[in-house]
Amino acid sequence: MTKDEKNDQSKTPNKQQESLVEVSHLAVTLGGTEVLKDVNLTVNRGEILGIVGGSGSGKTTLLREILGLTEPTSGSIRVFGKDISTASPATLLSLQKRWGVLFQQNALFSSLTLLDNVIFPLKEHTNLGEETRRELALLKIMMAGLPEEAAFKYPAELSGGMQKRAGVARAIVLDPELIFLDEPTSGLDPATAAQFDELIQNLQETMDLTIVMVTHDLDSLWTITDRVAFLGEGKVLSAEPITTLVKNPHPLIKSFFSGPRGRMAQLQYQQEK
Amino acid sequence: MKHDANVSYDRKSNQILCEGDWTISQISHLQSLAKTKAWAQYPNLVINGAKIRHLDSAGAWLISNLTQTLTKRGVKVELSEFNPEATKLLEMVAGNIKQEKHIEPTNKISNIAWLGKQTVDKLKELNSYLAFVGQLSVEFLQLTKEPKSWRWKSLSSIIYSAGYQGLPIIALLSFLVGVVLAYQMGLQLEKYGANVYIVDLLGLSILREFAPLMTAIMVSGRTGSAFTASLGMMKLNQEIDALNTLGVTPGELLLIPRIIGLMIVLPLLTMWADIFAILGGMVMSNNMLDISWVDFLQRFPQVIPLKTFIIGMGRTPVYALIIATIGCYEGMQVKNSADSVGRNTTKSVVLAIFFIIVADALFSIIFSKMKL
Repeated sequence: MTKDEKNDQSKTPNKQQESLVEVSHLAVTLGGTEVLKDVNLTVNRGEILGIVGGSGSGKTTLLREILGLTEPTSGSIRVFGKDISTASPATLLSLQKRWGVLFQQNALFSSLTLLDNVIFPLKEHTNLGEETRRELALLKIMMAGLPEEAAFKYPAELSGGMQKRAGVARAIVLDPELIFLDEPTSGLDPATAAQFDELIQNLQETMDLTIVMVTHDLDSLWTITDRVAFLGEGKVLSAEPITTLVKNPHPLIKSFFSGPRGRMAQLQYQQEK
Repeated sequence: MKHDANVSYDRKSNQILCEGDWTISQISHLQSLAKTKAWAQYPNLVINGAKIRHLDSAGAWLISNLTQTLTKRGVKVELSEFNPEATKLLEMVAGNIKQEKHIEPTNKISNIAWLGKQTVDKLKELNSYLAFVGQLSVEFLQLTKEPKSWRWKSLSSIIYSAGYQGLPIIALLSFLVGVVLAYQMGLQLEKYGANVYIVDLLGLSILREFAPLMTAIMVSGRTGSAFTASLGMMKLNQEIDALNTLGVTPGELLLIPRIIGLMIVLPLLTMWADIFAILGGMVMSNNMLDISWVDFLQRFPQVIPLKTFIIGMGRTPVYALIIATIGCYEGMQVKNSADSVGRNTTKSVVLAIFFIIVADALFSIIFSKMKL
């Protein structure tokens, strides 16, 4: 399925728009600095939402807020319809089972092999037998595009790209509905980054995932996202498909996309079309 | 848990009917329902997915697994009536499912091989420790030629953190050791009415043995472990690599100041411990054995020669060297994982204490041969 077909599909009215994440009037003050002032954002089921913004615009902070890792100063965040900042530990756990996260530094457990890393969520949250856990984990490792031998290595023995894939394998092992990716392609070479985009798109289609990705990678933005939310001045300046976002006259957005890299990515995408 | 997923064989249509939510939470339930052995008797089977409400990749894995097991037993299996998304997922899963089972690196070795490997590993480690010490010695000698490049700041911060900040805890523990020693020895001396000899016993044992040994052990727990952990984290963070590329060797900035700093600090701390251990002994003698402060202090210089103090102090730089080099060496050996920081920190403390006691035994033998 190409990007455009998918866009058309999401426009069809019969597909109901269920929002998995709703952020409203979120403000966050960290160490005396107001990082986010008034953020409003919704993530709809089945879409790939990109979150972009200049360095220090609070992208990662927003992600941490949605994951419930930091307390909001004011405003509310609802994930799967539940307010995350007031959720009881039991509710929070039930939400955590329904999402997967790939952190910026992968956050693989360094003392466990890749296989054990991927098995970890299964061990904690399911009642499956050991053999089943192993096979499911191996399946996810292979689905993430890693060779089988890699499963028995420790994270430190893997290259950056493989670590990212391992992180994805761990994020999808519980078959979550929602996946958060923090800078998934940063630090990867262009070819690997493109493969990674393909992987994300593939997984999204086959496993019916909703994906929220924080990224700087213009190529990823053009090729795989359905909508892009632009963070700046402490709020979401605009959340729209990239094709219209680049035409947005806001000075911050304009300068973000009008650099040589931005123009190249756009040109390439339009040529491919 | 509610089980609304089901899998059953329908004789009429010769189909395996899958129903409900084929999701990860239902897998173990479905696994117990799937009777592959009984189904293998049929020559061909159709797996019908029409009634599956939701299929995730775990469910798809189970279906692929079922297909594979049955095919292996000679059953022709066909999938039918799965919706397009499920078919896609099934294809994806079937393409990625591993064919051979139980592949794991075999690294079982016999006991003798294990012993040999351990021996060789330990020898290699000793070798690399010696190389580490040798390299530092060379660097140190080079530094003595140009005292301008000494890192006074890091040296003083080591003295501050390993020495000054350790004063209270060393004082407290030494005081308590003094109290305990005086109490235990006092009990015996009292029986013979030899109360006053407590001064001799305390003075000799504390100045010669207890204070240097106890201080070294406390410092290796307090400072040696800190050396290993902080250097290990720097190694993991590539800070050591950064220093190397900036033309500053980790030895001159991080290691030598730590070693020299500890060699300055440990004798001082030992003296501090001497004072407080004797003080503890004095308090106890005063209360239990009726030896007044004045008596104690008058007798002390008469029976304890300066030699005792010097013998005690003389070994502390050696202890410092042991603690600091092992702490630094283990820190620099940290590799790859957070786990290895923990492992090496443990190792550094255990090894340091071990070698301190070995050194103590050697000193005792040497001093007794020299009739000191």
